[in-house]
Formats: sequence, structure tokens, C-alpha cells
Amino acid sequence: MSVIHRRYGGVDRFLPTAEAADLLDLTVEIADRELAPAVNAAEAEGRFPREVFRTLGRAGLLGLPYSQEYGGGGQPYEVYLQVLEELARRWLAVALGVSVHVLSCYPLATYGSPQQREKLLPDMLGGELLGAYSLSEPHAGSDAASLSTRAVRRDGEYVVNGVKAWTTHAGVADFYNLIVRTGGPGAAGISCLLADADTPGLQPQRPERKMGLNSSPTAQIVFDDARVPADRLIGQEGQGFQIALSALDGGRLGIAACAVGLAQAALDEAVSYAGVRHQFGRPVASFQGMGFLLAELATQVGAARALVLSAARLRDAGLPAGVEAAKAKLFATDVAMRVTSEAVGVLGGYGYVTDFPVERYLREAKVLQIVEGTNQIQRVVISRALTPAG
Amino acid sequence: MKIVVLVKQVPDSGEERSLRSDDFTVDRDAATKRMNELDEHAIEAALQLVEEHGGEVTVLTMAPADALESTVRKALQMGPDRAVHIVDEAIHGSCAVTSSAVLAAALRTLEWDLVLCGAESTDGRVQAMPHMLSERLDVAAVTGARKITVSGGEITVERQVDDGYELVQAALPAIVSVWDTINTPRYPSFKLIMAAKKKPVTTLSLADLGISPDQVGLSASTSQVLHAAPRPPREAGVKVIDDGSGGVALVDFLAAEKFV
Repeated sequence: MSVIHRRYGGVDRFLPTAEAADLLDLTVEIADRELAPAVNAAEAEGRFPREVFRTLGRAGLLGLPYSQEYGGGGQPYEVYLQVLEELARRWLAVALGVSVHVLSCYPLATYGSPQQREKLLPDMLGGELLGAYSLSEPHAGSDAASLSTRAVRRDGEYVVNGVKAWTTHAGVADFYNLIVRTGGPGAAGISCLLADADTPGLQPQRPERKMGLNSSPTAQIVFDDARVPADRLIGQEGQGFQIALSALDGGRLGIAACAVGLAQAALDEAVSYAGVRHQFGRPVASFQGMGFLLAELATQVGAARALVLSAARLRDAGLPAGVEAAKAKLFATDVAMRVTSEAVGVLGGYGYVTDFPVERYLREAKVLQIVEGTNQIQRVVISRALTPAG
Repeated sequence: MKIVVLVKQVPDSGEERSLRSDDFTVDRDAATKRMNELDEHAIEAALQLVEEHGGEVTVLTMAPADALESTVRKALQMGPDRAVHIVDEAIHGSCAVTSSAVLAAALRTLEWDLVLCGAESTDGRVQAMPHMLSERLDVAAVTGARKITVSGGEITVERQVDDGYELVQAALPAIVSVWDTINTPRYPSFKLIMAAKKKPVTTLSLADLGISPDQVGLSASTSQVLHAAPRPPREAGVKVIDDGSGGVALVDFLAAEKFV
């Protein structure tokens, strides 16, 4: 089998095709030229970089794992996730936004009818539109099946009432995936709707004031008699919970890849600083205590990357990958937490001030342990697979 | 309209570049090779003109075979329709004048209303190719464009000069070179990257162009590099230890350099 080797900023990558290698080249070029110079100011100002997403969309980076038939990139997850990682290495919020957009295209791409796909998917994958995914509610997080936002079918429409929480791209997205209750209690009463942003009664609220990812708006969405056409039901009524869980398998891999990129960025910064910071007459990296710490972190990042790509290959082979995705998400985000925290320590006082990005990395890492299923939920998924009878 | 864009494979100007010790030509083996940066602006200008007026864009390059990936495909990834790649080992070491003879011969085999190129290449920096081609092909050459408009068989160019710009008009067909002020080159898209692999690339040899090997190359060049030496290393700066007189030393330095 011929694989193509590329090395980006000290990270060796093996790509399955020449196209994939060109795609990574393009990603790194755009990341270096458009993301890296803009991230600090946008995060400090809390400004959503819509123009960056347009650039990524025009370059074809917003629909990579979907079929070329509908305008996607036709890329395996193994390639798509390496793209995400390189984006996250420059700007986590943007990479996370790409992951959320890809997640928000998943229900339609996988469960939509041919008519729905033909009509809606090309625009969603085409790069000009941005998606959001509304599953969580103020009182339904890990226990998603207890969600209470209700959609009642009436005169060819679903009338939606309730509140969704923690929606990434709230207020800036062009379309929203809504996981809502159309039937009785529990998972069987849940359905998936695809709503346009200008749906009357769909009301994004004030963005949350967050610890990090400040360039990316996260907010509640209030549905006040919001009317979604009945032909925007994705899959069957009652199939919504299955769709949501299935979408999250891919979403978890996306978060895991973002975590690897963030951890790599923190490692890069720590290594670079330790090489030039002199104390006691020599670079601090030359002290064994520091060298061993950096070695440990580099090993952790490499292991996280390998686990993520291993899960991706399983998925690309069409095999059940949910448990491996859970392991990758759990491990990679814990690694990101540790590496970013240690990176602050490596920079000492300089790590704690905003002149260097590592304090931001540390704040950003935390959310990765929470989103797309908390790491405790990942442990539940993994342990249940280990002991099915239990 | 039909546009031909001249592109050149050059050693990456962001890296250390060197000359070969045997014939003082650019050491291509030691360099990372890429498309000349200004040529990207020429391609962008061509694509914009075709988007406005219709037509097609052909990329023309004269380069070793490995330029197919590093330069020709990269150029096609931006959106041009096809490429012509002149490959012949005898071309190695050709000067600008002999290179222009080969390029002119290739241009005679193509249909075009406009030839665009970068104002200079980052390796040779001769800036004379448009004029040489203009003489050989008997068309106008307008150099250093920062804006190009086409209307009714005529081209109007804002020609960038030190204190502003000159307005130059010429009848088509014409040859125009561009500076980086003319536009911001687009990124390729993933779709164009994949499409570029299927775009036609015609390979031409000197024989295809009716040029004999002894008309080109190092021996036929009109100029010759007789000697080359590496740039001497930079000298260390002056270090002033501030024993209380640092301020005075600093002002003395600034005064000596006429900054104050």
C-alpha cells in the first residue's frame, strides 16, 4: 500500500492518497496564513470569525467526510481528523466550529431522504453556510433522553416549544439540528428536525460568558411556537435519539482530534520556550527535570494522536467505532488538559499572563473534557462494552 | 479571451539558496522548489479576467520534469484550464535571452490574446522577459501592472512606479507583467486540487518546438557567470556593557548613524 509521508511542524503524518496530502498542505497553508495571525485578537475581543469560516468553506474544508455526490470532500475520517488537528493547533475555536458544522450535517447526510439530501445537503456542505447542533437542555445533559423540548405536528408543521442549551454557533448559524420530543417519554419519543436560522420563534439568547473559546458564541435557544415545516423531519419520528447518538460518535472523534491539536500547540510553545529561556547560565530545557517533563508530554501527545487515528481507521473500515471513539475522546482530552497545564508551568510566570497563549490553552482544554459527552460518560460507554452483562 | 500565464519554478526564497560549484547555475537539487510567488498573482489576474470576460487560461512553464508537481499542478490547482510544460535537459543553464527564444517558440504554438507573468522571479530577478518576448513576437509588452482592464480589444494597465502609477494602453494581443499589489491570490479549494490532477498537461521538448540543443543551454548563453563566492558571514555587532555610560554610547551610535 502506498502512503504519502508529510511532516508539518515536527509532526509526521501519513496520508492515504496524494489528494489527502495536498489537502493537508492546503490546510496548513490556510491555518498559518489566516488562523494563526488572527486568533489572539479574536479570542481577546470575543469576536466570531465568520470570514475565517468562509475561507475554510470556499477551500472545501467544511464538508470533508461527506460524499462528493453532494459536494463533500469524500475523505475518510483518518484524513478529516488530521485536518481538524492542524486547525486546532492554530485556533481551537475554529477547529471546534468545523467539527460542530460537520456534526450538524451528519443527520441529514446519513438519515435524510434522497429528496431532502438533494435539496439541502449541497448548500450545507458547500461552505457558505454554517450549522449548529442542539441536543442539550438546561436540565438534560448527560441524560439526553430526558430532554423536554416538544415538537407537535400540526397542519404540515412542527410547532416547537422549549429551551436548548450550550448550542455552539447560536445566533451565527444558518441552520440548526434540533433533537426534540415528538412522542412519549424516554428515547423512543425523540425526533430530529432541521430548522433554518430564520425560523419564526427560534430565538438565540445572549451568548454565555465562558472560561475560554470566547470567539465562538455558545447560547441557549428559546423555541416559542417555532414552526418547522414537517418535511424537515430527518429520519422517522422516534428515531431522533438513535440519530443523535450516532452523530456523536463522529463528533467525539472530532473533539478528540481538536484536543490533540491543542495539546500539540501547548507542547510546541513549551518546547520553544524551554529552549530559549536561560537560567543558571543555560537553557532550562537542558535541565533533566525539564527535559524529562517535555519528553513525557511529547509521548502523551503522540499516544493520543495514535489512538484517535486508530479509532478513525476503524470507522473508515465501516466497523463499529463508538467505543474506540469514546476511548480516543477520553484520552486525548485528558492529555490536552495535562499538557496545557504543564505548559503553563514550563513558562512559569510568563505562562500565567496573556502575553503568551498557554494560559488560554489551559482554559480552552477544560471544555474538551465536557463537550460531546463528558469524559465520565465516555467511561460509561467503554466500561459497558468491557462488561456487557454488568 | 485566451490567456497564457508564464510560471517559473524557483528555489523557495524563504530558505537558504545557493549556486552549484561546477557551473554556477542555481543549485536546484539543494533547494525546496516552488512556483515563483509573483506568478500566483499573474494566475489570479488571469482567472479574474476570464471570470469577467469568459475564455480560458493556459499555464506555460519551462522547467525540469520535477516541476510538474511543485509548480505546474500547484498552478492548475488555482483554476487554470490546462498547462504546457517544456522539458528538455539541454535547456539547463540557459540565460534570459535564450530562455525567451524557447518560450516565444512555445507561445507561437498556442492561441492567446494576452500573456501574463510575474514582474520578476525571485531567483533571477531579471525583469526582462516581457520585453524579450515582445520583441520576438512583435506584440506590446506592458510591465509592472497593479491593475488590468480589458475592453474592446484593448488593454489598460495601471503601471506601478515609485511615485504612483502610469496609465498605459495597448492593443491585444499583449504581454503584461504584474506586481503583488494587483490582487490577493485565491487559495486552491480541495475540489480544484482534485480536478487539477485530471487537467491536461502537454509536455514539449526542444525538438517539438524546432529548436536545436546547441541554440540553448549554458554554452549558448549570452551571459556567463565566471566566478561566485558565498556571501561573507555577518560580522558580530558591537556590544556595549552599561557601566553607567550606556546612555551616552547609545546616543553616540545614533548620532554617528545620523538617526539623531
